[in-house]
Amino acid sequence: MANTADIKVTADALDKATPKRHARKQDPIAILRWILLMAGGILMVMPIVYMISTSLKWPHEIYNLSIIPEEPTLDNYAYVLEDGRFYMWFLNSLIIATVTTVSAVLFDALVGYTLCKFQFRGRMIVFVAILSTLMIPTEMLVIPWYLMAKNFGWLDTYWGIMFPGIMTAFGTFLMKQFFESVPDDFLEAARIDGLNEFQIWWRVAMPMVKPALAALAIFIFLGNWTAFIWPLIVTNSPELYTLPVGLTTFSVEQSVQWELIMTGAALATIPTLIVFLIFQRFIIRGVVMAGLKG
Amino acid sequence: MIVATVTLSDLTKAYGKAEVLHGINLDVKDGEFVVLVGPSGCGKSTTLRMLAGLEEITSGEISIGDRVVNNLEPKERNIAMVFQNYAIYPHMSVRKNIGFGLHTSKMSKPEKEKRIDEVAAILGMTELLERKPSQLSGGQRQRVAIGRAMVRDPSVFLFDEPLSNLDAQLRTQMRLEIKKLHQRVGTTIIFVTHDQVEAMTLADRIVIMKDGYIQQVGTPSEVFLKPKNMFVAQFIGAPSMNMLKGTVEGDSVKLEAGPTIKMPHKADVKDITIGIRPSALTTAKEGQTPLMEGTVSLVEPLGTETLLYLDVGGHEVIASAPGRVHPQPGEKIALYADAEEIHMFDTNTQEALA
Repeated sequence: MANTADIKVTADALDKATPKRHARKQDPIAILRWILLMAGGILMVMPIVYMISTSLKWPHEIYNLSIIPEEPTLDNYAYVLEDGRFYMWFLNSLIIATVTTVSAVLFDALVGYTLCKFQFRGRMIVFVAILSTLMIPTEMLVIPWYLMAKNFGWLDTYWGIMFPGIMTAFGTFLMKQFFESVPDDFLEAARIDGLNEFQIWWRVAMPMVKPALAALAIFIFLGNWTAFIWPLIVTNSPELYTLPVGLTTFSVEQSVQWELIMTGAALATIPTLIVFLIFQRFIIRGVVMAGLKG
Repeated sequence: MIVATVTLSDLTKAYGKAEVLHGINLDVKDGEFVVLVGPSGCGKSTTLRMLAGLEEITSGEISIGDRVVNNLEPKERNIAMVFQNYAIYPHMSVRKNIGFGLHTSKMSKPEKEKRIDEVAAILGMTELLERKPSQLSGGQRQRVAIGRAMVRDPSVFLFDEPLSNLDAQLRTQMRLEIKKLHQRVGTTIIFVTHDQVEAMTLADRIVIMKDGYIQQVGTPSEVFLKPKNMFVAQFIGAPSMNMLKGTVEGDSVKLEAGPTIKMPHKADVKDITIGIRPSALTTAKEGQTPLMEGTVSLVEPLGTETLLYLDVGGHEVIASAPGRVHPQPGEKIALYADAEEIHMFDTNTQEALA
């Protein structure tokens, strides 16, 4: 065990080795970098600050741009939470985001794994075809989706809202890249140990790409939680509205009730924050790993 | 007990039009330790993977015991394989990794646990069973990989360069452990390596391969003492055998390097390559007729012996001297080798001349 003298010596040595904060020379480029980063940070945080601020304001104060409300109130929260529709939309969003996340993560991983680890004729064509869909914006895809939903009778149903998201090109690409980093030896060892191909994917390959799965799950969950255009187009019945679509109905004939919309939006961010806080360490690890594997 | 002979008959492998294995024939006896050795791209790993069922066979036949296994899945062949990069699952504990080999076994859970404990005890890993692979050293990870292979009690163990990722000291230690393990369990082992020292120290028989052909099959001393051709002669043994080209003149060979050497036995060819191992080419003592003379260019003291790099008529020759002898570069030295240490090869066919 180290005695006190030892500890003192070590601490002194460390003290000498560590440059003093105030002694560090201020680099103008570093200052500029910090200013830019802070400006960027403020720019990103401001809408959220305004959202929360507005949710705490009375209707007559909405167009007053001050961040701090003159007479803060929680009435908007009480109103929104007492309105049964909020829970319905929240539940719809939760169901849709969860189902699509689970489905997309599983299918993207399955397809990504197949494209990565199996040799078959036309593999590259399939991969390029999937990738090419990434280059088409959602706004353009909405028309074929709508026609498809209409022809199959999926308009105004849960399935209608969910079907475009049950598998994603981005996720397939991401997972394929991650499976590249899983050495074939692991899969072959499992094959010799008697696992079938599905078991090898599920029990050996999937646990090895957990960070990527977590990152993908967050991306997909957030994407679906905040999706607006498609759920708006495909649904007619208010009981099928998702939260973003439902919130827009907080308007009376002549005006939009921004304070209620902002209250709903503020409440809607809570699940995304929870999901992010739980999985953020995986996201960071996932991004780091993706960087390393480049 | 299952008889675990392995027979490869006219085994070929082609990728498209490129044939990489050209008719391999090999019989491995029950309980034998056979090492496939050769340079990169010689087909040794491909042969092993075909045996494991991880590569399709283009033509030929593989039998394990009395069963032809060509069309059987890897799991149906009753083999176990240890890979170069261990292939132990990072998300599972040592216990689960070892137990993974029992995945398809019909044993009850307590039986499986007992079996895992037995294997862990054999490998000295009982204390490490609950650890994750990331908490283990390279040697311990390799032991887990061996444990996973052992747990199923397979009829044949396949090792694909299992020691390549270990540092030199650990490699020597694991080599000994694998040898002891084989003596203890007596299972047939087919081991692939590119390291001839591993091959020599581990094998009951060595299979030396090059460019998809078997060059020679024999015990370590056979391939060392009686290499069938120039490739085997140079591949086995470190440093490599000295090769000196020459032309037959009566019962002697006039070497390109200058000296004329008396042939140890007669040969009916004109162009001959003389092979002498550095360990057999020594400084000439009094009363010994020198074979050749060379100028020292480099000295490598290894402790028990000293390696001498000499220039003989513009050709580099490696010789050995006792450890206490340290000649200076530039010094002229007379070299000697016993007649039975001189190998003769046909320069054109590269085959040994008996």
